[in-house]
Amino acid sequence: MIFRKTLLATVIGATAVGAALLPATASAENTLRMAYDADPVSLDIHEQLSGATLQLSHMTFDPLVRWTQDLEFEPRLATSWEQVDDTTMRMTLREGVTFHSGNPFTADDVVFTVERLKESSDFKAIFAPIDSVTAIDDTTVEFTTSKPYPLLLNLATYIFPLDSQFYSGTDEDGDPKDEIVKNGNSYASRHISGTGPFEVTNRQQGVRTDFERYDDYWDTDSPGNVDKVVLTPIGENATRVAALLSGDVNFIAPVPPNDLDRIRDDEDVQLVTMSGTRIITFQMDQNRVEAFKDPRVRQAFAYAINQEGIADRLMKGFATPAAQLSPAGYAGHNDELSPRYDVEKAKELMAEAGYEDGFSITMMAPNNRYVNDAKIAQAVAAMLARINVTVDLKTLPKAQYWGEFDDRAADMMMIGWHADTEDSANFYQYLTECPDPDTGAGQYNAGNYCNPEIDALVAEANVEVDLEKRAEMLQAVEKALYDDAAFIPLHWQDLAWASAQNVDIEPVVNVMNFPYIGDLVIEE
Amino acid sequence: MIAFLIKRLFHAFLVMFVISVISFAIQDNLGDPIQQMVGQSVPESERAELREELGLNDPFFVQYLRFAKNAAQFDFGYSYIFNEPTTQVIMRHLPATLELVAATTFLIVLLSVPIGVYSAIKPRAWLSRAFMGVSIVGISIPVFLTAIVLIQLFAIGVDFTPFPADTAWGAWLNDLLSTDGGMPAYGRGNPVHVFGTWDTNFSSLEGLTYLVLPAISLASIMLPLFIRLIRAEMLEVLQSEYVKFARAKGISLRRIYFVHALKNTMLPVITVGGVQIGTLVAYTILTETVFQWPGMGLMFLDAIERSDIPLIVTYLMIVGLIFVITNTLVDLIYGLVNPTVKLTGKPA
Repeated sequence: MIFRKTLLATVIGATAVGAALLPATASAENTLRMAYDADPVSLDIHEQLSGATLQLSHMTFDPLVRWTQDLEFEPRLATSWEQVDDTTMRMTLREGVTFHSGNPFTADDVVFTVERLKESSDFKAIFAPIDSVTAIDDTTVEFTTSKPYPLLLNLATYIFPLDSQFYSGTDEDGDPKDEIVKNGNSYASRHISGTGPFEVTNRQQGVRTDFERYDDYWDTDSPGNVDKVVLTPIGENATRVAALLSGDVNFIAPVPPNDLDRIRDDEDVQLVTMSGTRIITFQMDQNRVEAFKDPRVRQAFAYAINQEGIADRLMKGFATPAAQLSPAGYAGHNDELSPRYDVEKAKELMAEAGYEDGFSITMMAPNNRYVNDAKIAQAVAAMLARINVTVDLKTLPKAQYWGEFDDRAADMMMIGWHADTEDSANFYQYLTECPDPDTGAGQYNAGNYCNPEIDALVAEANVEVDLEKRAEMLQAVEKALYDDAAFIPLHWQDLAWASAQNVDIEPVVNVMNFPYIGDLVIEE
Repeated sequence: MIAFLIKRLFHAFLVMFVISVISFAIQDNLGDPIQQMVGQSVPESERAELREELGLNDPFFVQYLRFAKNAAQFDFGYSYIFNEPTTQVIMRHLPATLELVAATTFLIVLLSVPIGVYSAIKPRAWLSRAFMGVSIVGISIPVFLTAIVLIQLFAIGVDFTPFPADTAWGAWLNDLLSTDGGMPAYGRGNPVHVFGTWDTNFSSLEGLTYLVLPAISLASIMLPLFIRLIRAEMLEVLQSEYVKFARAKGISLRRIYFVHALKNTMLPVITVGGVQIGTLVAYTILTETVFQWPGMGLMFLDAIERSDIPLIVTYLMIVGLIFVITNTLVDLIYGLVNPTVKLTGKPA
């Protein structure tokens, strides 16, 4: 069937020698031709937790709830929810929803999905707080957590109910269909059935994926009018932009900062930017450098770095200067904290700590992971030179960088972090908590910064169900980390998307960077 | 002849063996594949488990032996990113690359022979000088830049307005220098399935338009080289005794140039050409990246970026094999063109 379709398309293309004929055939249907920098590694949305996987999830599945543009919850497959007691939440599910396979969507599918998520190596850490999930009846599920857990709805944005009947049984090789295989073939990595707005009709990994709108999609109120989607991964920045400017595709993401002006100047295309939530930081390793144990030295480093200069000049305004981990909109975001660039103050602090003449350190940063990562590291090294700190900088491709990072191979290391739960506590858990290999706390804390008081406050916040109280606690954590100069925050990377003028992407993009393509409108 | 082929077969195995050892030896420097396979929040214990499962903790020679044992049965392992046998991944990407190389070779042959011959016959003509000048520029511009410029000119289009548009001549000049774009900027479009993993772009005009820009930019590296080579060889042949004798005998110039001289000119060109086609397969990495051409080069870069070691090793071995095969073919053709060359080294 797929083959016949491609053949037909090619025959049409071949006969349409005059290019003028092609748009005529295309206008009958709304086709979104989009280019991302990468495509998902698998059709199994539980195999790897990555941006590409979540983008796929939102096209072919629906979550129980999802984030709106201002980080509020919007009901999707769950229509309502109530907290029964401190550790139990009951959710009512939408009726009349069917999967692409034709199977009806019920509470059993939610139970199946959550249980599978708890088996997935990439998701199990996030879903650990959920103790059990039970189907009360066809349209009601109950979640229980071991401790009071304030972020259950955040987790629900990751629950994209799978078609439990479709993924049950065994495939032709005798392997269970719901098996999650990281390296190797599995039924779920090649077959897909969700409730989402689009069905996958053809997939060539790394080349293109074709989607078609699901005829029986439940959300008939959605304004979305895209009939077909062709997703092409284009890794090369210049080519991705060229493909948009030449009209070969009509939606691209991400837009490289160097091409922002080019896209703004072109009247056929539009640019949408948003302040992002991924924080870029440097950590100062106290186990490697004795001086970093002195808070005055860390503060001196924090005073020596000009975040606004980096955001302005290096990032060309495509970043929001940061003085803390939590971006605006997160519970822990503390409005009082602002970048504290002051070289004189930095020098004073260094003198106070007895390091007037400075010292030398090593620094490592990736060179193809974050926007302008290597240049940022060079700028930071130059800024540190002003307080007499000599930096021996080494930048590496990301494939090699993370190995070095795990070995804590340099005195200062760069890391960017996006909270999977869209919640401040996730930052502290991975970046600032006292490292403990057994619990996995502080897994990316390459500064080996350890302050048990702050950790205790975070732990307390994590069981606080009163969200206002919790926000206060988290903001206190940010303040404490700031005062202690636990690390050096640089900026939150901005996000950018671009599309043809008639593709109205602005209402469907969000800071998580998974555009809701199902609701996308292409104007005639 | 058969002895020659057997010897070459042995060569191929040796080359592939050496490549596999080298690529295995450097795999630790290619990065950590586990990092690429899991999300950032996956705890170390899970990673260690996966690492053990993939056998990445074993010492070098254990890993190599396991690989060699399987490779002897034509099993080169599973790609980490594609989740299928590496040979299958490569077979799927090979046709795109071969088509690109074929189109490029066609362009090179079509252009380099007439231009090379012309500039040898009329070395002082202004056209010859122009060709030589352009070829110097062509050889010194990196393929990446050529590709980007081509995309800007012919896919996006440029509006060039240095001349007053309200005058007839100004408008005409502006029009002349501006381009409309319209050529596809990336990818293969909708290639037509032939058989197996082979989808072709050659079957329709629309398919061919996708090939034009990548083929031109890939050709831009090799074309100047061949023009210069043919010109130099031809100049040398034209100085030789037998050409002078043929002239004295009164044979028509056309016959001397295109039958007698050209044949001898082509001998070294074939040798170089064969080797260069092998190189061309390797050069496609850059061109394929810029044009998002879904061939082996793009796949290889992806594999490197994500530390897909089995795929990297298999790719390198197959490229080694391609080199051996093209060299063998060149030697065979050389023997056909010049019967005095003996392949086996024994007296005929």
